[in-house]
Amino acid sequence: MTTLTTKDAVEAALPALEGHAVVCANGFISRWACAVKDDPAHFYMIGSMGLASSIGLGIAIARPEQSVAVLDGDGNVLMNLGQLPMIATSRPKRFFHFVIDNGVYASTGNQPTISPQVALEEIAAASGYARVARVRERAALDEKVGEFVGADGPSLLLVETLPETGPPAPRIPFTPEEMTARMRAALGVDA
Amino acid sequence: MSSSGEARFRGADFASALQEAGFDFFTGVPCSLIGSVLRALQDQGYVPETREDAALGLAAGAYLAGRRPVVLMQNSGFGVSLNAIGSLHQIYEIPCLLVITWRGYGGKDAPEHLVMGRALPELLGSYEIEWRPLGDRPLDEDARWARERFDAGAKPLALVVPPGVLG
Repeated sequence: MTTLTTKDAVEAALPALEGHAVVCANGFISRWACAVKDDPAHFYMIGSMGLASSIGLGIAIARPEQSVAVLDGDGNVLMNLGQLPMIATSRPKRFFHFVIDNGVYASTGNQPTISPQVALEEIAAASGYARVARVRERAALDEKVGEFVGADGPSLLLVETLPETGPPAPRIPFTPEEMTARMRAALGVDA
Repeated sequence: MSSSGEARFRGADFASALQEAGFDFFTGVPCSLIGSVLRALQDQGYVPETREDAALGLAAGAYLAGRRPVVLMQNSGFGVSLNAIGSLHQIYEIPCLLVITWRGYGGKDAPEHLVMGRALPELLGSYEIEWRPLGDRPLDEDARWARERFDAGAKPLALVVPPGVLG
């Protein structure tokens, strides 16, 4: 049984992701990532559930030398499950897929997902990810983040977390078009 | 409905026209009406996706990284794409050229294509997607139009491919 929260998971991952383009799935994952440590190279999704992994892969294919991280959720991964083999067969080397698995659709009121009965990291491994792991406590989480970030990927680290119980993270303070502009600027794209 | 010798234009020429207009990232899901285009793009970095909405996500990422993306799809997949278009591209001001085939055109096709074939123009209109049918003009004119609207609009636009245009 995990004792970690979504906020704990985000706090463990973000310090290791300096210099990465970080695509954050919609809902509390984006809100916690923004609250814990904002950066112009963070892309916070407010809609299009499921597509964080696709957006991250698009950056990785267009810019192979750029390190990319996707902060994803179990509901998001299940919604776009075909993207796991898509990522694996595209073989982006600098691609870190961080899946925060709380077993619920948190933003809509903690309705259960099927993830407690599905080993998403094993689906990633069977798809051909270079390395996968599942963690549920802080020491193992920190160890695997250190091991996976910077190693040849694509990598998927699944962290089990608790459903949200405390006060929610604030909403994203940026407009969607501001997030597009600042990500492009962070990646050195001329306006 | 497969490509035939009676097509008005060569798919390879359309692929070249898009590249000459500056489009440089190609992904999508196949349709027989654009088989010749996909063959031409296959060795030039075309990324075959698993779903059309995922292809739109891929294209959004490519745009963030500085590319001018094209997503090729059958109009059945345009239905799959609507949430990505409405809650990603349009609100984040991410442009994308959609090349959408028009199965069910004129009500003459297999049953599974008739509803979308009939609804396609109104769906494009209700999503405020600027579009034109491919092939009423020379291909390079359509490609240049697409590039100009891509740069000006910061949102998805579409070239719609009726049967018999590309072979």
